[in-house]
Amino acid sequence: MAKKTLNIVESAYRAVMEEQDDTIMWLLAAMQGAGAEHTVVLRGNAVNYAVAGQGVPGLTVGEWKQTQAPKMDRDLVDLIEKRKIPVYIVEEDLAERGIERGELVPGVKLVSRTALPGLFAEHVLVSHW
Amino acid sequence: MSRKTLTFALMDPPYESENLTTAFRLLDVAARRGYNLNVFAYEGASGLAFTRQAPHPNPVHGKDVAEENHPTTKDQVAALLVEAQKNGGKVDWVNCGMCVDERGVNEFVPGTRRGSPADFHAFTEASDNVLVIPTK
Repeated sequence: MAKKTLNIVESAYRAVMEEQDDTIMWLLAAMQGAGAEHTVVLRGNAVNYAVAGQGVPGLTVGEWKQTQAPKMDRDLVDLIEKRKIPVYIVEEDLAERGIERGELVPGVKLVSRTALPGLFAEHVLVSHW
Repeated sequence: MSRKTLTFALMDPPYESENLTTAFRLLDVAARRGYNLNVFAYEGASGLAFTRQAPHPNPVHGKDVAEENHPTTKDQVAALLVEAQKNGGKVDWVNCGMCVDERGVNEFVPGTRRGSPADFHAFTEASDNVLVIPTK
Protein backbone atom coordinates (compact mmCIF):
# COMPACT_ATOMS: atom_id res chain seq x y z
CA MET A 1 0.00 0.00 0.00
CA ALA A 2 1.37 3.40 -0.97
CA LYS A 3 2.46 5.88 1.65
CA LYS A 4 -0.20 8.53 2.00
CA THR A 5 1.40 11.84 1.12
CA LEU A 6 0.09 15.30 1.83
CA ASN A 7 1.31 17.83 -0.73
CA ILE A 8 1.18 21.45 0.29
CA VAL A 9 1.39 23.52 -2.88
CA GLU A 10 2.28 27.16 -2.37
CA SER A 11 4.23 28.13 -5.48
CA ALA A 12 1.70 29.23 -8.09
CA TYR A 13 1.71 30.05 -11.79
CA ARG A 14 5.38 29.20 -12.11
CA ALA A 15 6.20 28.03 -15.63
CA VAL A 16 2.57 27.17 -16.33
CA MET A 17 2.64 28.96 -19.69
CA GLU A 18 5.71 27.11 -20.90
CA GLU A 19 4.62 23.75 -19.51
CA GLN A 20 0.91 24.29 -20.21
CA ASP A 21 0.13 23.08 -16.71
CA ASP A 22 1.45 23.33 -13.15
CA THR A 23 4.46 21.06 -12.83
CA ILE A 24 3.52 19.84 -9.35
CA MET A 25 -0.11 19.13 -10.20
CA TRP A 26 1.14 17.28 -13.26
CA LEU A 27 3.64 15.30 -11.20
CA LEU A 28 1.03 14.28 -8.65
CA ALA A 29 -1.41 13.20 -11.35
CA ALA A 30 1.26 11.14 -13.04
CA MET A 31 2.38 9.57 -9.75
CA GLN A 32 -1.21 8.75 -8.82
CA GLY A 33 -1.41 6.83 -12.06
CA ALA A 34 1.64 4.86 -10.93
CA GLY A 35 -0.02 3.89 -7.66
CA ALA A 36 0.78 6.78 -5.34
CA GLU A 37 -1.76 8.09 -2.86
CA HIS A 38 -1.77 11.85 -2.73
CA THR A 39 -3.71 14.63 -1.07
CA VAL A 40 -3.27 18.28 -2.02
CA VAL A 41 -3.50 21.41 0.10
CA LEU A 42 -3.42 24.68 -1.80
CA ARG A 43 -2.16 27.59 0.25
CA GLY A 44 -0.87 31.10 -0.40
CA ASN A 45 -1.18 32.27 -3.98
CA ALA A 46 -1.90 28.72 -5.13
CA VAL A 47 -5.45 28.97 -3.76
CA ASN A 48 -6.19 30.89 -6.95
CA TYR A 49 -5.88 27.66 -8.92
CA ALA A 50 -9.35 26.78 -7.63
CA VAL A 51 -11.09 29.84 -9.06
CA ALA A 52 -13.46 28.70 -11.78
CA GLY A 53 -13.44 30.20 -15.24
CA GLN A 54 -9.85 31.39 -15.28
CA GLY A 55 -7.69 31.32 -18.37
CA VAL A 56 -5.12 33.21 -20.32
CA PRO A 57 -4.54 33.82 -24.01
CA GLY A 58 -1.75 31.72 -25.45
CA LEU A 59 1.61 33.30 -26.08
CA THR A 60 2.18 34.69 -29.57
CA VAL A 61 5.57 35.47 -31.07
CA GLY A 62 5.32 36.63 -34.64
CA GLU A 63 3.62 33.87 -36.62
CA TRP A 64 4.14 31.33 -33.82
CA LYS A 65 1.07 30.81 -31.65
CA GLN A 66 0.50 28.76 -28.52
CA THR A 67 -2.68 26.74 -28.94
CA GLN A 68 -2.93 24.91 -25.62
CA ALA A 69 -2.59 27.61 -22.98
CA PRO A 70 -2.96 26.34 -19.42
CA LYS A 71 -6.25 26.23 -17.54
CA MET A 72 -5.58 25.60 -13.92
CA ASP A 73 -9.22 25.25 -12.86
CA ARG A 74 -9.68 22.50 -15.44
CA ASP A 75 -6.58 20.69 -14.21
CA LEU A 76 -7.77 20.92 -10.62
CA VAL A 77 -11.13 19.41 -11.50
CA ASP A 78 -9.25 16.65 -13.30
CA LEU A 79 -7.26 15.92 -10.15
CA ILE A 80 -10.41 15.71 -8.05
CA GLU A 81 -12.78 13.92 -10.39
CA LYS A 82 -10.57 11.74 -12.56
CA ARG A 83 -7.59 11.09 -10.29
CA LYS A 84 -9.59 10.99 -7.08
CA ILE A 85 -7.05 13.21 -5.33
CA PRO A 86 -8.59 15.19 -2.46
CA VAL A 87 -7.87 18.91 -2.80
CA TYR A 88 -8.08 21.20 0.21
CA ILE A 89 -7.91 25.00 0.15
CA VAL A 90 -6.71 27.00 3.14
CA GLU A 91 -9.73 29.15 3.82
CA GLU A 92 -7.86 32.00 5.47
CA ASP A 93 -5.72 32.36 2.35
CA LEU A 94 -8.86 32.58 0.25
CA ALA A 95 -10.31 35.24 2.52
CA GLU A 96 -7.12 37.31 2.46
CA ARG A 97 -7.39 37.42 -1.32
CA GLY A 98 -11.08 38.26 -1.36
CA ILE A 99 -12.07 35.00 -3.04
CA GLU A 100 -15.53 33.72 -2.18
CA ARG A 101 -16.43 30.04 -1.81
CA GLY A 102 -18.89 30.37 -4.67
CA GLU A 103 -16.10 31.28 -7.08
CA LEU A 104 -14.37 27.91 -6.70
CA VAL A 105 -14.56 24.82 -8.85
CA PRO A 106 -16.75 22.04 -7.45
CA GLY A 107 -15.22 19.36 -5.28
CA VAL A 108 -12.58 21.36 -3.41
CA LYS A 109 -12.69 21.27 0.38
CA LEU A 110 -11.94 24.17 2.67
CA VAL A 111 -9.60 23.68 5.61
CA SER A 112 -8.65 26.19 8.27
CA ARG A 113 -5.05 26.75 9.29
CA THR A 114 -5.81 25.42 12.73
CA ALA A 115 -7.08 22.16 11.24
CA LEU A 116 -3.93 21.50 9.23
CA PRO A 117 -2.14 19.54 11.97
CA GLY A 118 -5.01 17.08 11.86
CA LEU A 119 -4.41 16.57 8.15
CA PHE A 120 -0.70 16.13 8.77
CA ALA A 121 -1.47 13.39 11.27
CA GLU A 122 -3.50 11.50 8.68
CA HIS A 123 -0.54 11.23 6.30
CA VAL A 124 2.79 9.41 6.43
CA LEU A 125 4.64 12.07 4.45
CA VAL A 126 4.19 15.81 4.05
CA SER A 127 5.74 17.52 1.03
CA HIS A 128 5.82 21.30 0.81
CA TRP A 129 6.15 22.57 -2.76
CA MET B 1 12.90 59.28 -36.88
CA SER B 2 15.67 56.74 -36.46
CA ARG B 3 14.84 53.18 -35.60
CA LYS B 4 14.98 52.51 -31.86
CA THR B 5 17.23 49.83 -30.43
CA LEU B 6 16.27 47.97 -27.29
CA THR B 7 18.36 45.55 -25.30
CA PHE B 8 16.98 42.78 -23.14
CA ALA B 9 19.01 40.71 -20.70
CA LEU B 10 17.38 37.41 -19.81
CA MET B 11 18.50 34.99 -17.12
CA ASP B 12 15.82 32.37 -16.53
CA PRO B 13 16.12 28.91 -18.01
CA PRO B 14 13.31 27.67 -20.22
CA TYR B 15 10.37 25.89 -18.57
CA GLU B 16 10.97 27.16 -15.04
CA SER B 17 9.34 30.54 -14.58
CA GLU B 18 6.87 33.00 -16.05
CA ASN B 19 9.56 35.62 -16.59
CA LEU B 20 10.27 34.36 -20.06
CA THR B 21 6.63 34.52 -21.08
CA THR B 22 6.70 38.19 -20.11
CA ALA B 23 9.96 38.65 -21.99
CA PHE B 24 8.63 37.05 -25.16
CA ARG B 25 5.45 39.12 -25.02
CA LEU B 26 7.56 42.29 -24.87
CA LEU B 27 9.95 41.09 -27.55
CA ASP B 28 7.05 40.19 -29.82
CA VAL B 29 5.52 43.66 -29.54
CA ALA B 30 8.88 45.30 -30.13
CA ALA B 31 9.52 43.14 -33.18
CA ARG B 32 6.08 43.97 -34.59
CA ARG B 33 6.93 47.66 -34.22
CA GLY B 34 10.14 47.21 -36.16
CA TYR B 35 12.58 47.96 -33.37
CA ASN B 36 16.09 46.63 -33.47
CA LEU B 37 16.48 44.16 -30.65
CA ASN B 38 19.51 42.94 -28.77
CA VAL B 39 19.13 40.00 -26.44
CA PHE B 40 21.81 38.84 -24.06
CA ALA B 41 20.85 35.34 -22.98
CA TYR B 42 22.73 34.78 -19.76
CA GLU B 43 22.92 31.84 -17.36
CA GLY B 44 19.87 29.58 -17.77
CA ALA B 45 18.51 31.72 -20.59
CA SER B 46 21.41 30.54 -22.73
CA GLY B 47 19.31 27.43 -23.28
CA LEU B 48 16.40 29.27 -24.88
CA ALA B 49 17.76 28.90 -28.40
CA PHE B 50 19.07 25.33 -27.94
CA THR B 51 17.97 23.52 -31.06
CA ARG B 52 17.57 20.05 -29.58
CA GLN B 53 14.50 20.99 -27.55
CA ALA B 54 11.65 18.71 -28.54
CA PRO B 55 7.91 18.87 -27.91
CA HIS B 56 6.40 15.96 -26.05
CA PRO B 57 3.00 14.34 -25.53
CA ASN B 58 1.14 14.93 -22.29
CA PRO B 59 -0.27 11.70 -20.90
CA VAL B 60 -1.83 13.51 -17.95
CA HIS B 61 -3.80 15.66 -20.39
CA GLY B 62 -4.43 12.62 -22.56
CA LYS B 63 -2.89 14.34 -25.58
CA ASP B 64 -0.38 13.12 -28.12
CA VAL B 65 2.46 15.27 -29.42
CA ALA B 66 0.34 16.98 -32.05
CA GLU B 67 -2.61 17.64 -29.76
CA GLU B 68 -0.49 18.97 -26.90
CA ASN B 69 1.46 21.18 -29.31
CA HIS B 70 3.95 21.84 -26.56
CA PRO B 71 5.77 25.14 -26.95
CA THR B 72 9.53 25.19 -27.21
CA THR B 73 11.50 28.34 -26.66
CA LYS B 74 13.68 27.60 -29.68
CA ASP B 75 10.58 28.01 -31.84
CA GLN B 76 9.75 31.29 -30.11
CA VAL B 77 13.28 32.56 -30.71
CA ALA B 78 13.10 31.59 -34.37
CA ALA B 79 9.70 33.25 -34.76
CA LEU B 80 11.03 36.41 -33.16
CA LEU B 81 13.86 36.63 -35.67
CA VAL B 82 11.43 36.25 -38.57
CA GLU B 83 8.98 38.78 -37.18
CA ALA B 84 11.65 41.41 -36.63
CA GLN B 85 13.02 40.95 -40.12
CA LYS B 86 9.52 41.17 -41.60
CA ASN B 87 9.05 44.57 -40.00
CA GLY B 88 12.42 45.98 -40.94
CA GLY B 89 14.12 45.41 -37.62
CA LYS B 90 16.90 43.06 -36.71
CA VAL B 91 17.65 40.86 -33.74
CA ASP B 92 21.12 40.29 -32.38
CA TRP B 93 20.58 37.36 -30.02
CA VAL B 94 23.71 36.48 -28.08
CA ASN B 95 24.03 33.28 -26.10
CA CYS B 96 26.59 33.65 -23.31
CA GLY B 97 29.39 31.34 -24.39
CA MET B 98 30.56 30.16 -20.99
CA CYS B 99 26.95 29.61 -19.96
CA VAL B 100 26.21 27.37 -22.94
CA ASP B 101 29.44 25.44 -22.46
CA GLU B 102 28.74 24.53 -18.86
CA ARG B 103 25.20 23.50 -19.79
CA GLY B 104 26.10 21.67 -23.00
CA VAL B 105 23.58 23.70 -24.99
CA ASN B 106 25.87 25.06 -27.67
CA GLU B 107 23.70 24.28 -30.70
CA PHE B 108 21.77 27.44 -31.45
CA VAL B 109 18.84 28.50 -33.57
CA PRO B 110 20.35 29.89 -36.82
CA GLY B 111 20.59 33.64 -36.61
CA THR B 112 21.63 33.64 -32.97
CA ARG B 113 25.24 33.59 -31.95
CA ARG B 114 27.73 32.86 -29.23
CA GLY B 115 29.03 35.84 -27.26
CA SER B 116 30.28 37.19 -23.98
CA PRO B 117 29.62 39.89 -21.36
CA ALA B 118 31.48 42.25 -23.66
CA ASP B 119 28.55 41.95 -26.06
CA PHE B 120 26.13 42.95 -23.32
CA HIS B 121 28.32 45.96 -22.60
CA ALA B 122 28.33 46.90 -26.27
CA PHE B 123 24.56 46.42 -26.45
CA THR B 124 24.07 48.69 -23.47
CA GLU B 125 26.22 51.42 -24.95
CA ALA B 126 24.43 51.30 -28.29
CA SER B 127 20.83 51.02 -27.11
CA ASP B 128 18.08 53.52 -26.50
CA ASN B 129 17.03 51.51 -23.48
CA VAL B 130 17.88 48.34 -21.62
CA LEU B 131 15.59 46.01 -19.72
CA VAL B 132 17.00 43.37 -17.40
CA ILE B 133 14.62 40.54 -16.54
CA PRO B 134 16.56 38.73 -13.85
CA THR B 135 16.12 35.47 -12.05
CA LYS B 136 14.63 36.06 -8.61
